[in-house]
Amino acid sequence: MAKKPQLAIDTRPWRDPAAKPFVRIKNVTKKFGDVFAVSDVSLDIYKSELFCLLGGSGSGKSTLLRMLAGFEEPTSGSIEIDGQDMTSVAPYNRPVNMMFQSYALFPHMNVEQNIAYGLKRDGLPKGEIADRVAELLTLVKLQDYGQRKPHQLSGGQRQRVALARALAKRPKLLLLDEPLGALDKKLREETQFELVKIQETLGVTFIVVTHDQEEAMSLATRIGVMNQGEIAMIGEPTDIYEFPNSKFVAGFIGSVNMAEGIVIEDEPDHVRIRSAELGCDIYVGHGVDCAPDQLLWWAIRPEKIQLSREKPESPFDANVTKGMVEEIGYLGDMSVYQILLESGKRLRVTQTNTVRGNPDSITWDEEVYLTWGDSSGSVLTV
Amino acid sequence: MFRRGWFLPIAASLGFVFLYAPIISLVVFSFNENRLVTIWSGFSTKWYGALFADPQMLGAAWLSLQIAFFSATIALVLGTLCAVALVRFRKFRGRTVLAGTVSAPLVMPDVITGLALLLLFVAMESTLGWPAGRGIVTIIIAHSTFCMAYVCVVVQSRLADFDMSLEEAAMDLGASPVRVFFDITLPIIAPALVSGWLLAFTLSLDDLVIASFVSGPGSSTLPMVIFSKVKLGVSPDVNALATIIIGIVALGVFAATILQLRSRPKKARA
Amino acid sequence: MSSFDSELPPPPRRRPWTMVERGLAAVGISGKALVIAAPAIWLTVFFLVPLLVVFGISLSVKQFGRPPYTPLLTTEGGTVQLTLHLSNYLRLFTDNLYVAAYLSSIKIAFISTVITLIIGYPMAYAIARAPDQWRNILLMLVILPFWSSFLLRVYALSGFMSGNGVINQLLGVFGIPPVVMMQTDFAVYVGIVYTYLPFMILPLYTNLVKLDGALLEASADLGARPLRTFLSITLPLSMPGIIAGSMLVFIPAIGEFVIPSLLGGPSTLMIGRVLWDEFFANTNWPRAAAVAIAMLVAVVIPIMLLQRAQDAVQDNEMSK
Repeated sequence: MAKKPQLAIDTRPWRDPAAKPFVRIKNVTKKFGDVFAVSDVSLDIYKSELFCLLGGSGSGKSTLLRMLAGFEEPTSGSIEIDGQDMTSVAPYNRPVNMMFQSYALFPHMNVEQNIAYGLKRDGLPKGEIADRVAELLTLVKLQDYGQRKPHQLSGGQRQRVALARALAKRPKLLLLDEPLGALDKKLREETQFELVKIQETLGVTFIVVTHDQEEAMSLATRIGVMNQGEIAMIGEPTDIYEFPNSKFVAGFIGSVNMAEGIVIEDEPDHVRIRSAELGCDIYVGHGVDCAPDQLLWWAIRPEKIQLSREKPESPFDANVTKGMVEEIGYLGDMSVYQILLESGKRLRVTQTNTVRGNPDSITWDEEVYLTWGDSSGSVLTV
Repeated sequence: MFRRGWFLPIAASLGFVFLYAPIISLVVFSFNENRLVTIWSGFSTKWYGALFADPQMLGAAWLSLQIAFFSATIALVLGTLCAVALVRFRKFRGRTVLAGTVSAPLVMPDVITGLALLLLFVAMESTLGWPAGRGIVTIIIAHSTFCMAYVCVVVQSRLADFDMSLEEAAMDLGASPVRVFFDITLPIIAPALVSGWLLAFTLSLDDLVIASFVSGPGSSTLPMVIFSKVKLGVSPDVNALATIIIGIVALGVFAATILQLRSRPKKARA
Repeated sequence: MSSFDSELPPPPRRRPWTMVERGLAAVGISGKALVIAAPAIWLTVFFLVPLLVVFGISLSVKQFGRPPYTPLLTTEGGTVQLTLHLSNYLRLFTDNLYVAAYLSSIKIAFISTVITLIIGYPMAYAIARAPDQWRNILLMLVILPFWSSFLLRVYALSGFMSGNGVINQLLGVFGIPPVVMMQTDFAVYVGIVYTYLPFMILPLYTNLVKLDGALLEASADLGARPLRTFLSITLPLSMPGIIAGSMLVFIPAIGEFVIPSLLGGPSTLMIGRVLWDEFFANTNWPRAAAVAIAMLVAVVIPIMLLQRAQDAVQDNEMSK
């Protein structure tokens, strides 16, 4: 794919403190009755970003999106889009369009009429509307379906009509509520890349709400993880996965092994944590903001642990423990091992199957050593 | 929803005022002491007394209740059978005819239904010798006929939502079709049967036109008596009667609503 | 149910219907045939045959005696003679009264239906959009008059609009002289709207409550103001409800008898009332039968066919 230097994914404006955000959400709170759906969220989103709001149900991600669209008014706080205050502007007066989770295609109109609906509201001349509709149909590869009614389309086609309709008015900002949620797995993977391609071609800023972490990881320039109405973490996909800032984020994204431990050495260049659960010390090769004797958590992804029959070398007399293989799940490209440690704790380890039909692979009830690098895990204090 | 307008609430409130103002004024004036119904001269329950001392009114009310009871029951049985036939037996000869015929009374003007049945009864009497004269029996037949259409519609919609796998499960466990109907289907569609019966009962109790055609001397139903009274103008004892009927209906609808609301969380849990 | 069962000792598992079923099977009658036959026979005898009888008698003429019409079949010296008179039908077309009554019925029913729709639509929409705890109460308020006596509601209205009724007393408070409302066509319109309003609201409500709120949001999102959203999304999508509600008002309103005779004046012409008078006042049964047949052919059957077509279209849309 040709590089497009103007795109946020390449320029990464969020790393530049002087960059001007395109969408600025300031201390926004939304209450329904006594329930805080969104509480005190502040968030900056930059031009041509593809920002994912990721969270479980009830995390407030949809409410935040609906406030951006104008369907809900914040209880307090403000929303600015492209330098203009939009906090209490009616949805029909916002330079924002939304793609609905249910698609919300008008059932009594055909595909062309659906796409033209927003353009008609702008009072565009007929010829221009027709040109724009044709252009959008080509963009979403539905040239031959203009006369169909929504119920005559497949799920994937409906999704594309919804996208075309939302893009028709060339909004500055496109909101997508679970855009791939109603598609089956295979279709979802294809559509995912198409969505990114369209976003990169048009350079429109996308804000996507999703509960699917894989979707968020593969789509987003940045992800905002939401939990109970608050933003738990904002960062690029790799930051979120490799450097989670809390137990919640570590546990929410991908699978993770979490162990409790106590700080016994706290130096500027390293930290040593004693973990009874693991039955060994954890040596972390960088400084951590903590105090001696503090209880904290250490999180490591299953693929960051190595298994071996022989005891590996341990330079710091740490980062090696022993356990027994309890379960093996063969997934083809890799195998998942469940290892029972002497403390009774179970760890999940994945190993890539590099040798075909390996007769010498580690098997059930074997005693194995587990080891990891001094920067493979994350130390978490909250 | 976003930004609610003022138009809908105001329009709806005016609509409800329109629906209820005449009824409320009628109820209020039923307690008026004055014979001139619309001029208030003091609170009194004397018209209720007058109502209960009127043998013609009481006799007509009793007759109407009997007719309504029997009509509703016959309509319930026939209407349910018809609904079962239409929903369950997907294909049989004459299905479209049956479907059309059972729903036709819904759109048939009362005057036509009444006239047609009367002419039938007269023709039957002169050829078969039955029914000898007209009265409670002919009214019950007439009411059952048009009420079964309503029962059929109510039960049909309930049967259409019915989860067929329940019946299949019962059959799989060894129940015969008739047994399945009584053990499984009937208890589940019971609410529809109850509302169908009540609807039929109310419709029968309310009918003036058809009963006027097919009744005979000495069998005047309550609506017929009321109609002949109110044709002459407003009469205070009819106000009293209307208040009683509206009170009973209000209690019934209220109770039904409460029951419905109560049963809902239970369903959600199950 | 279940508690009822469990309190009993386990009964011998033979219930009456099992015996009935076996008995019937032994004679060779299937339950299925019985289920179909019972309502089918009843409807044939008490619905289809009577319509044929009406048609037959519409071809005879009035006579004095019992029954008050001439027989169609007479036997004279062993030969059966069939006598058919078309005079009743001829009369329907030549006497202005009947044509005028048909037209006036359709006009009154149509205008009342439109007014009912205009009043009922915002009510149904407001109920459908009301918060949950309100919706049931509002629905109950609509259903309540629906269950209470039709006749008594017409009566309540007549008291309300009478010369010294509540409306005129209220007008009097503002110094406005009493208005004559009763015994006018106006009263008939009000009467039909008043009594049939619930029939309009309920199907509209059922339709509007299913309306997906996301469609309205999508419309607003694409730049449509509320009125535009209503006209281009809500209204077209509620068309089935509008048609169903209008049918439920229009059809019975055409044949309405009680409302014109209690609220209308002597000049209020409605076909139901004409039929009634022909039968009860003039005891001209054959003429009344002819009016009924003409009413069926001219009004009821076209409407039924229209509705059938409408249903078919809807079923088609749904199955797609």
